[in-house]
Amino acid sequence: MSFLHHPFADYLRSVLLGNRARRGLVYSIVLYALLIAIGFVYLQPLLFMFITSIKSASDLLNPMVQWVPTELFLGNYEKALRVLDYPNTLLTSILISVIPSLLQTVVCSLVGYGLARYRFRGKTLVFLLLLSTFIIPPQNTVIPQMLMYRDLGLLGNPLALILPALLGQGYKSAIFVLIFYQGFLSLPKVLEESARLDGASDIRIFFSIAVPSALPAYIVSFIFSIVWYWNETFLTVIFLEGGVTTLPMQLSKFTQAYENMYPPGTVNIFDRLNEAVKMSGTFLNILPLLVLYFILQRWFVESVEMTGITGE
Amino acid sequence: MNGRSNNRREITLRTREALYGYGFILLWIVGFALFMAVPLVQTLNYSFNQVTVTASGINLEFSEWANYSRALFTDPNFIELLIGYTVETLVSVPIVLIFAMIIALFLNVKFRLKGLFRIIFFLPIVITSGPVIKELTAQGAASAPGIANIPAVVEFLATLPPALRSPVQYLLTSFILILWFSGVQILIYLSSLQKIDRSIYEAAAIDGASSWEIFWKIVLPSLSTATVVNAVYTVVTLSHFSENKVIRYIYDQTYDVHGGIGYASAMAFLYFGLMVILLALVYFFLMKWASRGTR
Repeated sequence: MSFLHHPFADYLRSVLLGNRARRGLVYSIVLYALLIAIGFVYLQPLLFMFITSIKSASDLLNPMVQWVPTELFLGNYEKALRVLDYPNTLLTSILISVIPSLLQTVVCSLVGYGLARYRFRGKTLVFLLLLSTFIIPPQNTVIPQMLMYRDLGLLGNPLALILPALLGQGYKSAIFVLIFYQGFLSLPKVLEESARLDGASDIRIFFSIAVPSALPAYIVSFIFSIVWYWNETFLTVIFLEGGVTTLPMQLSKFTQAYENMYPPGTVNIFDRLNEAVKMSGTFLNILPLLVLYFILQRWFVESVEMTGITGE
Repeated sequence: MNGRSNNRREITLRTREALYGYGFILLWIVGFALFMAVPLVQTLNYSFNQVTVTASGINLEFSEWANYSRALFTDPNFIELLIGYTVETLVSVPIVLIFAMIIALFLNVKFRLKGLFRIIFFLPIVITSGPVIKELTAQGAASAPGIANIPAVVEFLATLPPALRSPVQYLLTSFILILWFSGVQILIYLSSLQKIDRSIYEAAAIDGASSWEIFWKIVLPSLSTATVVNAVYTVVTLSHFSENKVIRYIYDQTYDVHGGIGYASAMAFLYFGLMVILLALVYFFLMKWASRGTR
């Protein structure tokens, strides 16, 4: 019995199981083990994608080669770059996601500011309609829009995506309006009121006081908007098909594009379309987003604290 | 006299404020009318018509409920797809919520390398798009690691009654992808967790509450609002996802010779109706749970 109360036993117990002041070793090991296991499962599709993409044809056929390819084979990327028409589609994707995002961010900030700082009739109605724009599926409104664009000759023109963004109806705009609403609501009113007493106009107050202090909300909205526009394919396919081609659009018809470039009957067996080439294409598709994410990860990870989004 | 002029100034000030308010949201109102209200009403109108598109314009031929009855009673695929969608949504929502909550609880603890794990768990926010998911599912990379291909599992699935088989199969083949829809939800949970006052934990610990009790009695009830928000967000995201089979079917029917715009519109509204029902179901279920939690 006295053995259990020996000072060394006490010390051991506190190191292993922890005490009030610190966590024990056992706890830490369990925590890390769980996180690493979940993290691995979580990222497994991504790892699979990358590893498959650098497999040569013989590695693909070899059942012994699962997670470690025998060589770093870049031929798949060479083909995928050509099939995706990478330089062109990449540039298109950047333009198609950056321009609407910029407009969407600015317009949503105006709307959010109006809702947060002014009292007017019908505000509840505006919130309800805002929520409805978030919930109503795109296929309930897309056909008349498409027909309208067809009449205006805008099908295939990037304006088809820019116009809704300019009028605050861009992709997932309700979320950004709510981000700005929360952001402006959480800013203290004092500065704006004193500026008003000094005779500053409402517009001037918005631009010189509200905008600078809500800068994090702008950055977070802009980044999320770019990502969501980049990944959106339902509307882009309907509005832009036949005009410009974005990277995800090209990826969704990858098989067809590949077979146009390498007709199945004429190429040798190693040049047939295989999953390694497909995975290279998929990886090239998300690569720009991965780069963006790793450069700006602070803004994704801390977006919540920075914008003061609550949960209401 | 003085009081009245004050009153009047009060009124003009309020009018002025309201006018500025409308000014700030004017663009949005115009946009809502042009890109939401008008197209929605038009789509509703199409759904009651036989629509043919010609070079000069579109022809409408009123057909009452024909498109709806065709979708509900004649089309063998649509109802099947709707059932599949309902099952998949009801399976996915609890998984996403529980997973997001667990990860958020982990990320709320202080430990070394937390930044790295945060980067990992928010990564899918960036890369989840229709074509990427489609390619990954096609390669079987989305299943719970290796499980779906084990012969014993395949045999086990074959013995299940069909009603049970499809959710289990869906769970096995798309498990990781379901988790990939949790990124934003983790963010929302994390923000709620960070708003819980630290002193409450300390007070509870002093009163002798174990971590287990603290979780059920303090943490979980204060996450109830975030849970409702997350559930709504999850249902909407899953329902709008471009690889969703119902959406693909409606899209294909729009351009199909036998389908057409009228039929696709009717299906779009039926789908929207079902989605609202699911949202309401999830919402009321969670609200009930939340109000019980606070008592």
